Amino acid sequence: MTTAVRKALPQGLDTGTMNRLGLWLFLVSDASFFLALISSRFFVVRLETPEDVSQILGLGLTILLLVSSLTAYRAEVAAEHGDQANFKRYIIATMLMGILFLGGVGFEWHEAYKHFPPSTGYGTILFTLTGVHATHVFSGVLLLGFIYFKGKNGAYGPDDYYPVEAAVKWWHFVDVAWVFIYPTLYLVQI
Amino acid sequence: MLTALWPLIRAIIWSAIGGAIGYGFASGLVTFTDPPQNLEVQISLAYVGALLGWLFGIGVWKYWGREWFGLKPDHNEIKGASRFFSFSIDHKVIGVQYLVTMVILFLLAGALAMLLRVELANGSQNLMNAEQYNTAMSLHGIIMIAVAVATIMGGFSNFVLPLMIGADDVAFPRLNALSYWIVPPVAVLLILTPFFGGFDTGWTAYPPLSTAANGPDGTLLFAFAFLTFGLSSILGGMNFLVTIIAKRAPGMTWGRLPIFVWSVFAAAIISLTATQWVAYGLIMIILERTTGMMFFAPTAIDAAGVGLSGGSSILFEHVFWFYSHPAVYIMILPAFGLELEIISHFTRKPVFAYKWVVRAFFAIVFLSFLVWAHHLFTSGMGQNLHGPFMLVTELISIPTGIVFLAALGTMWRGRMWLRTPMLFALAMVFNFSIGGLTGIFLADVATDINLQDTYFVVAHFHYTIVGGEIFAIMAALYYWYPKITGRMYNETLGRIHWAGMFLFFNMTFLTMFIPGVEGMNRRVAVYPETFNDINFVVSIFAFLMGLSMIPFAYNMANSWIRGDVAGDNPWHASTLEWQTTSPPPEENFEHEPEVFEGPYNYGRKRAQASQRPARTPAPAEGD
Repeated sequence: MTTAVRKALPQGLDTGTMNRLGLWLFLVSDASFFLALISSRFFVVRLETPEDVSQILGLGLTILLLVSSLTAYRAEVAAEHGDQANFKRYIIATMLMGILFLGGVGFEWHEAYKHFPPSTGYGTILFTLTGVHATHVFSGVLLLGFIYFKGKNGAYGPDDYYPVEAAVKWWHFVDVAWVFIYPTLYLVQI
Repeated sequence: MLTALWPLIRAIIWSAIGGAIGYGFASGLVTFTDPPQNLEVQISLAYVGALLGWLFGIGVWKYWGREWFGLKPDHNEIKGASRFFSFSIDHKVIGVQYLVTMVILFLLAGALAMLLRVELANGSQNLMNAEQYNTAMSLHGIIMIAVAVATIMGGFSNFVLPLMIGADDVAFPRLNALSYWIVPPVAVLLILTPFFGGFDTGWTAYPPLSTAANGPDGTLLFAFAFLTFGLSSILGGMNFLVTIIAKRAPGMTWGRLPIFVWSVFAAAIISLTATQWVAYGLIMIILERTTGMMFFAPTAIDAAGVGLSGGSSILFEHVFWFYSHPAVYIMILPAFGLELEIISHFTRKPVFAYKWVVRAFFAIVFLSFLVWAHHLFTSGMGQNLHGPFMLVTELISIPTGIVFLAALGTMWRGRMWLRTPMLFALAMVFNFSIGGLTGIFLADVATDINLQDTYFVVAHFHYTIVGGEIFAIMAALYYWYPKITGRMYNETLGRIHWAGMFLFFNMTFLTMFIPGVEGMNRRVAVYPETFNDINFVVSIFAFLMGLSMIPFAYNMANSWIRGDVAGDNPWHASTLEWQTTSPPPEENFEHEPEVFEGPYNYGRKRAQASQRPARTPAPAEGD
């Protein structure tokens, strides 16, 4: 065990890699929570989906969230390139779509309360899944808000845009979670 | 003294403010809905507010949150005893905070067990009524579960693990502090449950009992406590995974990790993913109690009067055990690591079959996710699932057997040094083999149907977790005591503690198998007269086991103040945590350590390396 080994000593990872790893592990953890949520749907109401579920609203919400993921991605790229104007524009656009999504879920709740209140099987699942997901979206909007207020004066540059990357990654995660929740709630039929 | 406690006082004030805001908000909220039957919505939001206020006050805002708003966060530079009461980000301080909290909770829940044994000394009602007994039994259960999870995964992992891999701290120090400061509210909430009617569900909280409309509010407090504790467990698991992956010293390759580090890595995978499932189970209970949702009611009627298929209480059992069975591996895997670690150092031999032990750990992690339904053999789960779950459960005994073989192989022809840590590690091997062997009868469907919910289950569980894990924790407490405090414990008192605890633990729980096999139900305060004599005997042994904790508590407290100065490496052990001072300095090592050999370089290699202790941190080149 002499100098030949000494040169080859593997070093620890840098802070950026550590942060990315931590975030990914947290996403894995949260994904298992969504897995539990989704599996409970099939336990409580099997494959039943009531007729009067608003398919248009479900599709609209899905499209809205998918488009917001695109703008979030553009915001990240803009931050990476130091493009301040586009960074601000796309963050605002993403946040607006997030808020619109939350409004849509609120409207969905208002409608759902008449047809299938929380005291029914399907209502229980609908309110729980959309509620948990909307909480995630809300946290994403808050995070983007922090990023906007810290970054609007040019705090993030090509070398140091990790906070933007993290917030956008969180946004994508919430988006992907909805991609699984949407068919679970709206499209499953016997 | 008051200045030392100032961060705590500030946190209590803020949690009162947060609680009041949450209560007020909830009171406003419920006026828009149907008149509520009870205060559960208010209690829920008041707790959430109080928890946020507590964290805000203890230092999350001052040392962390300010940064999110573009302000400069303070650095916590509190010195002396008061750093133990503050939002310190030093992993050694957090480790001590965890360990002291958990030892206190352990003694508290142990005292509850003594009360239970007073009640159970004979078959009639003598000390507590049924509700009080159930509350005491449930509290004993959940507090001990928390102790079993967090003593190793919070206490020892925090204090020792970064030292073992040669790191200056964990990967996310502030998150680490947050995961500790989430724990005191859990303890407060559990201690408050008796004032809210107690909770009578046991720590498993099965519905419909836990969601009964006329049930006590204590169940809600319990659900929030467990949920909060789970959050701490998830954040801790994530932190240790990243620490082990990213913070190893130069030369600390995967093959050179001490076996305890591997066991924590394996357990952290479980706490990262499985804990989310019990969180969902508890959220379902909270939602069903506060908003009238129907997860567990068998059928429901929609607004048009058409029956929809509803949920089932078995949903909770599935979700609950999908965490809670892997959770016993969160407890026992690091305990295996401790056991092998201590046996290796005290026999002066490397861990036998090191690579196979690591493989066995990961096999246990994998299998632990596939065995949960063996808790549901008598719950009305589909019959076709009995066979597969029995098979997978019994498969787990193979990797567990490898760990045992490794422990025996390490001792084989070694020169054992029988100090207190080693005695506890040996006792752990003995106890856990009884725990493992009696587990076969519970994994086997045919015998389980007869034995389930009897004292056989209680005795088996205590053999694995107390006889297995708590004995390993005791071994580790004595082993690292000189490193943590800088002082040596009293060996004589340690041995008295070991002898008493080992002897009376075995007498208590071996005897308890007898009423179990004869069919005495657990979780009851009153039982048939035929079991009177045997239970009286069990109670006497249990009290004697309780007495053996007195030399332990005295030794721990007294030696910290008056013990002999221990020196840096009283055990002449080879792992990195012993190559620095006791207690270690702020950044753990004078120079960043470099590692050239495996963790247990005893024997042949040791003779060659005698000129230069191979693992002493050397000054960086060019110094």
